[in-house]
Amino acid sequence: MKLLIGVAAAGALAWMTSGQDPVPLKLPSGFTATVVNEGVGKARHIVVDASGTIFVKLSKLEKGKGLAILRDTDKDGKAETVSYATGYAGTGIAIWKDWLYDSSDSSVYRYPLKNGAIDESKRETIVTGLTFQREHGSKSITLDDAGHLYVNFGAPSNACQERNRQLGSKGMEPCPILEWYGGIWQFDGAKKNQKQADGVRFATGIRNAVALDWNPASKQLYALQHGRDDLHRLYPSLYTDEQNAELPGEEFLLVKKGSDFGWPYCYYDWQTSKKVLAPEYGGDGGRKVGICEGKDLPLLSFPGHWAPNDLLFYTGNQFPARYKNGAFICFHGSWNRSPLQQRGYLVAFIPMGKDGKPSGKYEIFADNFAGGEIMSPGDAQARPVGLAQGADGALYISDSINGKIWKITSRK
Amino acid sequence: MKLIAAGFALLLGMGFFSPDNQTSFIPSGTAAADSGKQLYTTYCLSCHQASGKGVPSLNPPLAGSSWVTGDKQRLIRVVLNGLEGEDIDGETYNNVMPGHDFLTDQQLSEVLTYIRSSFGNKADAVTAAEVKAVRSAGK
Repeated sequence: MKLLIGVAAAGALAWMTSGQDPVPLKLPSGFTATVVNEGVGKARHIVVDASGTIFVKLSKLEKGKGLAILRDTDKDGKAETVSYATGYAGTGIAIWKDWLYDSSDSSVYRYPLKNGAIDESKRETIVTGLTFQREHGSKSITLDDAGHLYVNFGAPSNACQERNRQLGSKGMEPCPILEWYGGIWQFDGAKKNQKQADGVRFATGIRNAVALDWNPASKQLYALQHGRDDLHRLYPSLYTDEQNAELPGEEFLLVKKGSDFGWPYCYYDWQTSKKVLAPEYGGDGGRKVGICEGKDLPLLSFPGHWAPNDLLFYTGNQFPARYKNGAFICFHGSWNRSPLQQRGYLVAFIPMGKDGKPSGKYEIFADNFAGGEIMSPGDAQARPVGLAQGADGALYISDSINGKIWKITSRK
Repeated sequence: MKLIAAGFALLLGMGFFSPDNQTSFIPSGTAAADSGKQLYTTYCLSCHQASGKGVPSLNPPLAGSSWVTGDKQRLIRVVLNGLEGEDIDGETYNNVMPGHDFLTDQQLSEVLTYIRSSFGNKADAVTAAEVKAVRSAGK
């Protein structure tokens, strides 16, 4: 036993000194992953400011605080100096001009940001009084060039049934949830104390858009939808376990003012490239289209249940030219593929054309966060959840289990 | 009485009754246990997973959960009526537990007995009569 401990300790030491990760990420050739911190808490979205300071929003308070601030004070490539700030947990975080914005699940705040530090005494509450909800409660955020703030209002429901997720319960028609949820709302990013009613329902029919980002090249808003769960458990006569594992698609959306992507009435079948009626609303297992004919389609779709949790348009110059203005998408990984193997613990990339649309298929950019094939999310070593770009063009990735932070660099 | 006591001691000695299994212990391999597993696969597995470990932050584990191995009446109520917004063993879970009152007393007793004696859990069985009592009290 002593020998074993000795060997383990030597192994750990070797790894710490060499900077090698025991579960190394798989990346395209020419890219390198460095673990800049082993764990800062249960991480959600992240940003990096011009000084190289990393701000990590936490889903659970760590030492009573909801924001981790990481600095590489000795310039060795590791962000070993960690301090904590603010008193609320949440998901959303963004930098806009000299402000750091972040969110709890019921408010959006901003702080003056200067040289890697926020001034907590000058906090401004931008959106407040939002109803707290457990399911799909993440208020992820992004801002456009003009300073409009976009906030995800995920639906506190799977498919708008009268009794949520209950076998045999009908879909409500019309779905009353859509009045205040299931969409993206737009606010004035500089106006204090706005209520939800002061904002504009910018787009609807999106079950949950944890991943949303403004694309500065095409000057448009994009998001990814978490598709609905449990087609097989709720409708075993219409869907097999295998169909349930792959459907519906996780949709990559170009979000325009007034867009309606169809939740809860419709879902996207990526295998037939059609938006079809959900079984709660008269669907027959993927053929009937009905009212879904008029709903907005995704630009591209991923297989089911991968859980897209962040989106980043890459504007840096460090990565090869084909990555410029392309979309990185962070998938948290599935649970609803059971009893089949889980998938989607990865970061994908979509090359984007000048027209603001994908110029090719999606590709897997960073993989092996789970540390191998897994049957259940609890077996994953790590789950990627947030993306950020550094001033030098490096890509940062956060993990929701321990708050591990990776920095991806390229030698071009 | 002596005879019964002796018989009981013999059973204990054979390990037939463990202290956790004093009511109606159903050995695996019986029809009821198979049915319990089948019911679990159909109604529970997608959220609580084949391992019974659940999904972190979304669906609580059944393995090692005091809500599963503890108070039977509370457990029966959760499966009949569902549960929402409740912390489980100090952790927060964001998904709703749907009610399963469409299952019969017998089916509920089988699936509950299955989860109380699987995934490393070693709690005694739930009978159809116990489910019936909770169901009728709730109406």
